[in-house]
Amino acid sequence: MKMKKNFNGFDFLQNNLVPLMFIIICVICYPLSGFSPSYLLNEIVTRMGRNIFLILSLLIPIMAGMGLNFGMTLGAMAGQIALIFVTDWQIWGIPGVVLAMLLSIPLSALLGLMCGKLMNMAKGREMILGYMVNYFVTGLYQLVVLFLMGSIIPIIHASVRLPRGFGIRTTVNLSNMRQCLDNQWAILYKGVKIPILTFVIIGLLCLFIIWFRRTKLGQDMRAVGQDMDVARAAGINVDRTRIISIIISTVLAGFGQIIYLQNIGNFPTCTAHSQIGMFCIAALLVGGASVEKASIGNVFLGVILFHTMFIVAPKAGGAITGNAMIGEYFRVFVSYGVITLALIMYEIKKRRARSQGGQLLAQAQKEGGVQA
Amino acid sequence: MDKAERQNWFSQLINTYGLPRLIITGFLLFLFIMAPITGSDLPTQFTNVFNRFSWNAVLVLAMVPMIHSGCGLNFGIPLGVLAGLLGGTLAIEMGFTGPMSFVVAILMATPFAILFGGGYGALLNRIKGGEMMVATYVGFSAVSFMCIMWLMIPYKNPSIVMAYTGVGLRNVFALDKFYANVLSDFLKIDLNPIGINLVIPTGSLLFIALLAVGIWAFFHTKTGTAMTAVGSNPAFARASGINVDRVRMLSVILSTWLGAVGVLVYQQGFGFAQLYTAPYNLTMPAVAAILIGGASVNKASIGNVIIGTILFQGLVTMTPTVITALIHTDVSEVIRIIVSNGMVVYALTRKTEGAK
Repeated sequence: MKMKKNFNGFDFLQNNLVPLMFIIICVICYPLSGFSPSYLLNEIVTRMGRNIFLILSLLIPIMAGMGLNFGMTLGAMAGQIALIFVTDWQIWGIPGVVLAMLLSIPLSALLGLMCGKLMNMAKGREMILGYMVNYFVTGLYQLVVLFLMGSIIPIIHASVRLPRGFGIRTTVNLSNMRQCLDNQWAILYKGVKIPILTFVIIGLLCLFIIWFRRTKLGQDMRAVGQDMDVARAAGINVDRTRIISIIISTVLAGFGQIIYLQNIGNFPTCTAHSQIGMFCIAALLVGGASVEKASIGNVFLGVILFHTMFIVAPKAGGAITGNAMIGEYFRVFVSYGVITLALIMYEIKKRRARSQGGQLLAQAQKEGGVQA
Repeated sequence: MDKAERQNWFSQLINTYGLPRLIITGFLLFLFIMAPITGSDLPTQFTNVFNRFSWNAVLVLAMVPMIHSGCGLNFGIPLGVLAGLLGGTLAIEMGFTGPMSFVVAILMATPFAILFGGGYGALLNRIKGGEMMVATYVGFSAVSFMCIMWLMIPYKNPSIVMAYTGVGLRNVFALDKFYANVLSDFLKIDLNPIGINLVIPTGSLLFIALLAVGIWAFFHTKTGTAMTAVGSNPAFARASGINVDRVRMLSVILSTWLGAVGVLVYQQGFGFAQLYTAPYNLTMPAVAAILIGGASVNKASIGNVIIGTILFQGLVTMTPTVITALIHTDVSEVIRIIVSNGMVVYALTRKTEGAK
């Protein structure tokens, strides 16, 4: 009740600027695109099943105060390596997906450990560091995939290997695994395919995150996220907690990428992961999350709004300007723009909080000084 | 005793010079030694390194003012690049050709650079401490916004607009008629007639030297000294009466303008202008080069620029020929990715006194 009484229109607008903007864009663009409701709904449901798991992996580092985990791409790469092995061993269907997930865990954990350690060396610069680490690891990934696989790491099947004898082909074909999770127990309702099993998995992850927040470790992470010095004084091992949060995020991102790729059915070996981080982060921010606060609700709202924009923008852009490329560029611009806006708002807020803290401290010192 | 001393000397070398830089320098030396053994012609290699250096040095130089004033690595360099591209395309659109088009391009780029740099600087002043991440995404947003603009601005010149529709600019266009090689052909030293495959683009090198000396001199003026003060200790600078925000803004504008000139110099060497998403690809090489040259997140000098560009571009040009000849596999692209990004990660994890 108190919340409602103190309802401030300006604050509400400021905090929900991005989702509101997106709702407006979607409402304007949808009629122009000329898509039928069932087509649009089907696309959105497909993309929800495809993306939500990946985006959920971003939540835990935000809780631990480490910002948007641009390093989630590391997990995606681990997932892809696992998928390459599973494809090579020709284990198809759901067993293949499960095996790929299991295989990805040690790799993701190792990469997450590395990323977490580096982030601890660059406190306050976690995001830019995560962003750079993913480019660095992309180099290592390409080294493994293009040069070591087949020459040092055994690859059996010629359909996966490049004709030159080592390295993986440009595209990895997952057609025998395609949508095996999504088709399990799927319901077709008025032209909209609902992938029940995928949604069940997503639901389980949501439950896990809700449960995790209440555990001792989850509470520690929130304490670390609020104030590292206070958490350290309270006896929490700050560095270790931060590393664990990144490892969990990376492992989940690995699972997410496997779910994502089994839906699509094939992936370009070297570049499948390169845009994942950007799109997931943009979608999360569109849902109203910020760099220091994000909830499961933000994830769902974000996926729906972001992907509606993504589906309708090229067609609508073509209808308005007569050039489909403009719509194409427009949606890229909007994705980047949203991230930029969120980062700017976060930094301004942080700075304001800091200067307020300084003023309070100065005031307290002044009062204390008089007493002394 | 002697051994301990040597060890001490070695660890000191690592501390001052940095382990990654040591490895990279060593690797480059190894490449130069291996080049004749693997049968590639050393003067040709030198020519390539000189050329690549002359294309990229100004873009690397554009990092210096912002690092100096404490704004961190300039991941927002695409803004300057866009100003340069606007200047270049407008100069061509207005019908200038030859060396004149280069001069006009720089003149036309200047107001855009001041405008973009001013806005960008004002933004960075409001988010002190978080510049690098925001700068990256400001750069991305600006590039993708300009992708739309390249299609919408009504350019007319048939040599740069799309061939069929005549609407929107081409992805890539040749600059032969315009400013390709206008600098590098000036006073060019070509030893091919006497049998050595060595070509030195003297004009470009002189132009780079001119800009570098200009920046060096600027840092020794009153404003330049103020910039250094702001970068090393903002609180002290404010106490001594320097308008911190104004100085930072100036450094950002300067960086942006250098970025604009940098891309024009790059294009005149390369011979082609690349639009649309191409500016994305110019950031990392520049950032990596200055870090390899010995700069840190809050300290950079002209020397860092020159050493860094030579080392990085040397690596980029030498690895394909030498390594491919050695192991018959082209891993150069992968090595380039690992080295350049590894260098940035290394620099970010260093503890810096000025870090806020």
